[in-house]
Amino acid sequence: MVTALRPKPGPARSYQFPKFTDEVLSNGIRLVVAPVKKLPVITVLVIVDAGSSNDPIGKEGVATLTARALLEGSQRYDGAELAERFEQLGTSLESGADWDSAFVKITVLSDRLSKALELLGEVVRTPVFPEREVERLKAERLAEILQIEAEPRALADERFEAFLYAEGSRYSRPDGGNTDSVTRLTRADIEQYYRSRFVTRSTTVIVAGDIEPQRARDLVESAFRGFPTGSAPIQSVVVAKRDDRRNVHVVSRTAAPQSELRVGHIGLPRNHSDFFPTMVMNAVLGGLFGSRINLNLREAHGYTYGASSYYDWRRGPGPFVVATAVESDVTVPALREIFLEIDRIRGEKISAEELSLATQYLEGVFPIRYETTAAVATALANLVIHDLPRDYYDSYRRNIREVTVESVLEAARTHIHPAELQTVVVGNAALIREPLRELAAGAVHVHDS
Amino acid sequence: MRIPIETFHLDNGLFVTLSEDHTAPIVAVNLWYHVGSANERKGRTGFAHLFEHMLFQGSAHVGSNEHFELIQRAGGTLNGSTWLERTNYFETVPSNELALALWLEADRMGELLPAMTQEKLDTQRDVVKNERRWAVDNQPYGTMLERLQELVFPPSHPFHHSLIGSMEDLSAASLDDVRQFFATYYTPDNAVLSIAGDFDPKTARQLVEAFFGPIPRGKGKPPLPPMALPPVFGKTLREVIPDDVSLPRLFMAFRTPIFGSDQYYAASVCSALLGMRKGSRLHRSLVRERQVAAEASAFTFDLAKGTDLLVVDVTARPEMTTIQFEEEVEREIDLLVSDGVMPEEVNRAVALIETDLVTSLQSAGERADGLSMFATYFEEPELINEQADRYRSVTAKKVNDLIAQQMVEENRASLLYVPRDRVESEEILAAAAGAS
Repeated sequence: MVTALRPKPGPARSYQFPKFTDEVLSNGIRLVVAPVKKLPVITVLVIVDAGSSNDPIGKEGVATLTARALLEGSQRYDGAELAERFEQLGTSLESGADWDSAFVKITVLSDRLSKALELLGEVVRTPVFPEREVERLKAERLAEILQIEAEPRALADERFEAFLYAEGSRYSRPDGGNTDSVTRLTRADIEQYYRSRFVTRSTTVIVAGDIEPQRARDLVESAFRGFPTGSAPIQSVVVAKRDDRRNVHVVSRTAAPQSELRVGHIGLPRNHSDFFPTMVMNAVLGGLFGSRINLNLREAHGYTYGASSYYDWRRGPGPFVVATAVESDVTVPALREIFLEIDRIRGEKISAEELSLATQYLEGVFPIRYETTAAVATALANLVIHDLPRDYYDSYRRNIREVTVESVLEAARTHIHPAELQTVVVGNAALIREPLRELAAGAVHVHDS
Repeated sequence: MRIPIETFHLDNGLFVTLSEDHTAPIVAVNLWYHVGSANERKGRTGFAHLFEHMLFQGSAHVGSNEHFELIQRAGGTLNGSTWLERTNYFETVPSNELALALWLEADRMGELLPAMTQEKLDTQRDVVKNERRWAVDNQPYGTMLERLQELVFPPSHPFHHSLIGSMEDLSAASLDDVRQFFATYYTPDNAVLSIAGDFDPKTARQLVEAFFGPIPRGKGKPPLPPMALPPVFGKTLREVIPDDVSLPRLFMAFRTPIFGSDQYYAASVCSALLGMRKGSRLHRSLVRERQVAAEASAFTFDLAKGTDLLVVDVTARPEMTTIQFEEEVEREIDLLVSDGVMPEEVNRAVALIETDLVTSLQSAGERADGLSMFATYFEEPELINEQADRYRSVTAKKVNDLIAQQMVEENRASLLYVPRDRVESEEILAAAAGAS
């Protein structure tokens, strides 16, 4: 029937990440343009150094709320009119903030770009933050927080970070703020945050798609005319461990049929010089379907639908975490396997086959990742946010190929710290508390959800 | 804008669609089998999906999990998914690895059974049970899909039962079921193969013929039970579900004409007009102006058999009582029926849909999946190029006709999720929850 002979790959065709221009406009805005001529569609991504890391103490959530409120009214139009005008043009529109930046993103068909970009400039340059809309967005964020409390995955993620970072670190609290901080935020806080951070030298506009750089420059210059010049320093996040010892935190959810597990510690900043060997190490450990952790927990034991590990790459050191959800009964055996895999990746060199699986995968999927204008724009945003070299995407695959089994072991030994592992279990505390004590993965603390 | 399309059939009935695009050295391979949870027999709910898992457990010339490994090692992405009417398998790979992707798909279509063992079935059964716990049982509102299917399709209808399946039925699935299901449904004449991206059509065709050509045609599949249903439910349906959730959430479903029909496009535009993005009616009215909802959206199921469903999905603001909240949403739908929609609302919806159509065609995987879908449901992959026109031909009158026929009270089915503690504090709810 079907031939037993496995096909060999043909000669590979070369691929190049889209070429882009990168300049600073006369008013101080950085403009990055990547012409991608495949389809008549364009993404414009505005990023501002106004991410949640900059939230003042006690005002956690102000970055997120400010970014969301940009769309709720400009000098010329109220929020409903803005939505209507953008959407009559078919614009897909999003605004928000992550740890490192605030962003507003539009994707639109090319023949509708000039009008959409004009509106985009307007919401970034002239927001008026109506009191009523700010209060509504606060209420919506509070509703979001309530939803997270009932959602085991999001709850586990959030609690994990709280148990990882010391109280004084911005990373110990949710990027969107918690109930206390959000309740206290006022329109004046938002206005002040906006005035201090939304200025030209803190802003980059990225344009990817069916357009030439000259036209993009003309449109952006026109859309951002009058945007205040100036710069706002990036604040670095204070990062300290909450505890030097290992701990097991059980967040109790009565009758939960599964335990949501998070195991890890503070990781590395994105622009760390060991980025490539660390990423490859993580791919082998838990980053791929064929990774050790997934094959062990899912395919060998059937404990879970999926298990993975990842680094949350930020300007500051975000978490390194192993994440999975397992049937309550096997919580402890599953954790044992996770600890075993963490020890094993530090204990000995990975095999040549494991290395080639990871590096060939990362190299091969590179062009698949950048099929869309939105993905190209996001890649360019990362270049700006993390101050990566201009040829980063051209040298990416070479950097992956240069990772060796030795450099992976070195990365694991340097950057994985078994003695510091914090474990979070969101699940049925009554059922798992005692077995967890026997696991000896640190003191067991039980918390209400 | 149109994408190029070529089609051919193999002698064994396999329908092949090709769409070239050389902008990047990548190619997508996509297979749709015309079998889904609707084809399951009594006592085997969840089997179509469990079977999808088994397709990654190896075949005559491929080891367990090796499919995943070979594709990832080649630098590709892959997965599969199961739906009521179909099951699909797909990979996107560097274009010089097209032969590998095709060969892997052919090996499991032709010779899956030699690799099947009781042990693999047992493991995947555990994996799927954990998938159920993760995605359904331990997830707020996670039972929505199966509860809605139960509410809106009569017990005898193939769309009535759960797609992920019951724990009991998953436990009952045997290797014999695997053999039978494979022989009946996983045959070339019950499948569509699509290839999109950077390939040479002549070479692709040779590869398809060489790998899939020797696989014998199937012996035919049993017909589905009657799928046709009256155009409306005939009465208002309502179910209150006390659950471990923080906020009440209402899913209101309406029977609408099947995917691909003229009226489907009116229904799809109606759902976008109601719930797509912040300028939509529900968002503007319930979230922005009246502030009774934290979130609001709407969507269609896109079912190509029987009837389709349009679903409005609204989450309450915490300070609303559940009953107030439900009344507010109903009032919004009543307004829609009494006043109809304006041409500008239709323009907004169509403009947004157009952008999404073009945006999705940027990805080779989405092109291939769209081709497979239209080929499977209508034997017309060319329909992928007709979608923008179909949407542009929708007028306010067509949407208003659809609203007048389908959004009436006797065609509404409400699934109302309520935080458990509220069921006690709100008396009317307690009565409704007790009755359901």
